[in-house]
Amino acid sequence: MRSALSKVEIESDIAARFGDAFKIHEKVAAETLSTGIVEVDASTGGIPRGAITEIFGPRSSGRTSLMYSLLRYATTHDEICALVDTNDVFTPAAAATSGIDFERLLWIRCAANLEDAFKATDLLLHAGGFGLVILDLGDVAGKDVRRIISSWWYRFRRTVENRPTAVVVISEEACTRSCAALTLELHGHAEWSQASISYGNLLRFNSINVNRCRPLWPTLNESQFRARAIA
Amino acid sequence: MFACIYSEKLPADLSLTDFAYAFSPLVEETKAGTVVIDVDGCELLFGSAYQLAQEVARRAKQSRTSGGLESIVNVAIAANPDAAIHAATRLQGITFVSPGEELTCVGEFPVTHLDYSLVKVDEQTAAEIFETLRLWGIRSFRDFASLPVAGVSERLGQEGIRLQQLAAGKTERHLKIKQPAPVFANSLELEHPITELEPLSFIFARLLHQLCAALNAYALGTNELLVELQLENQTTHERRLSLPYPMRDHKVFLKLLLLDTEMHPPAAAVRAVSIKCEPVKPRVLQSGLFVPLAPAPDKLELTLARLAKLVGEENLGSPSLVDTHRPDAFTMKRFVLPSKKSIRKSAIKNRQCLGLRMFRPALRAVVETEQGCPAQISAWGKQRSVYGKVVQLAGPWRTTGDWWREDRWARDEWDVALASSKKLSDEPPGLYRIYRKLNSEMWFVAGNYD
Repeated sequence: MRSALSKVEIESDIAARFGDAFKIHEKVAAETLSTGIVEVDASTGGIPRGAITEIFGPRSSGRTSLMYSLLRYATTHDEICALVDTNDVFTPAAAATSGIDFERLLWIRCAANLEDAFKATDLLLHAGGFGLVILDLGDVAGKDVRRIISSWWYRFRRTVENRPTAVVVISEEACTRSCAALTLELHGHAEWSQASISYGNLLRFNSINVNRCRPLWPTLNESQFRARAIA
Repeated sequence: MFACIYSEKLPADLSLTDFAYAFSPLVEETKAGTVVIDVDGCELLFGSAYQLAQEVARRAKQSRTSGGLESIVNVAIAANPDAAIHAATRLQGITFVSPGEELTCVGEFPVTHLDYSLVKVDEQTAAEIFETLRLWGIRSFRDFASLPVAGVSERLGQEGIRLQQLAAGKTERHLKIKQPAPVFANSLELEHPITELEPLSFIFARLLHQLCAALNAYALGTNELLVELQLENQTTHERRLSLPYPMRDHKVFLKLLLLDTEMHPPAAAVRAVSIKCEPVKPRVLQSGLFVPLAPAPDKLELTLARLAKLVGEENLGSPSLVDTHRPDAFTMKRFVLPSKKSIRKSAIKNRQCLGLRMFRPALRAVVETEQGCPAQISAWGKQRSVYGKVVQLAGPWRTTGDWWREDRWARDEWDVALASSKKLSDEPPGLYRIYRKLNSEMWFVAGNYD
């Protein structure tokens, strides 16, 4: 009791010098941006603004399908979006079928230059005003992703803090470590139609499982959606 | 005092107004061939008003190369601009009308020569008044001016009063000053050629600051800057900076110009710099309360310029589809903040489409086939590799097009699911689009369904 009192006394004595350094700021619940998929929104609550969200999974796990859905929702709700495409893999023809408004999408192709991709993301975050910034590292080799220094992620996290920008990082492996406010792991399972006389097999759907790895909630951590094949 | 310069036969390519600016900045272009200048305050430059009139007449006779009009002009000096106009249009050479003695000079002019447009009387009313005056036996300015004002007002109305004041040289009005057309251009010749960007930035800053100050003075902005650099090798380096929105912030212009010069450096040292801009009205926008925040236009332009420097202009923008069936055909458009609200496509709200990650360029593959269908695929590239046994496939779908062009395409496409081999167990299985070129029989991996 005595020590607690003395702590209060000391704090009150030096409060004038250090301002509100001793105040405990209440954490305000983050605003979210819908993913455009009801099932995923139900389990994650949406993509938090002012924070980093990481979506990772192996090839064909549905990362790009989820990215299309995010971009479609954001661009059709008056948000200005930016896509930093590290390996130049974004396919406008496929994206157009999902309903993305290209007028509101700034696409930056980095020709497999990881450093350029990070610099471009940094410039976009510092410019401000973007509703959604996606850094696509989906085709970057695992060894390169593991080499990304943590300070980049801390810098991004600090830059978007208290801003209405949602940052989404797409990769094969989890790489943002503790900097991500939400981490989703994806797994895909292709569904093929039965053989038919005229067309043979058809790739119909990719059934995608979304597992929330961070933060874990006691109730629902898993959801599923199906992405229809373009054909 | 006012001086009216009148020229009956002025060459079509010469402007009397521009000539008048050589004497005073306060110039009224009354009508074609007639200008009135306010000469108050010109004494220190030209001496008395009469000396000024002589100077005007002398310079008008000079050749056009010397700033003259190559013609004889009438010049009239008066305290009243309208009296000066009447005197200059009716009397040859130089006329000096003393203040208060207007009628001595113009009193004998026929009343029908009154320039009624100066007092905003329309032609029909003026004709009626002149006819009435003719019937009354009023012939000259002096006769008209001597009529009692109350009687004129009763019989001819307010128009009659205004015409009477015009005849007496007693109208009171301000000159309708014609502003010279502003020129938004600045240039600077350097004593020593500049080879580096940093010293050049100071020159840019100075010129842009002056340019933006001029734009500010006229409440204008610009959406295009034209920069001309005269180089030491006798060539000109021209750059045109197009902006999507009119701006007038010299700091933003300077940063954009420096980034552009870094990306497109001149071929030799710079010996003269010239910057011009096209003035336009600035954009006035009020953003909606419920519209999400968008990047500030000036910040966005700077960011785009920096990104263009980083990744190249061709790798930056909004994608745009091309009206063709050619695989992966698109163009990049310049990214501009949309002014319209987006259309919410609720009809496709719950439809999730399978993503495709296109490999650019396509991965050259070695494919083993069984009964014409792919059975085993191996493809290695610098950034990625695709290897595995085909466990499920769909296809082929043949697409061809542009057969009349050299870059025609003809291919058979398959969608395949690959199982990873035991040797390369870290390679995940995946869904791929592969194709075989019909002309060369070569196989490629086009992309990865994701």
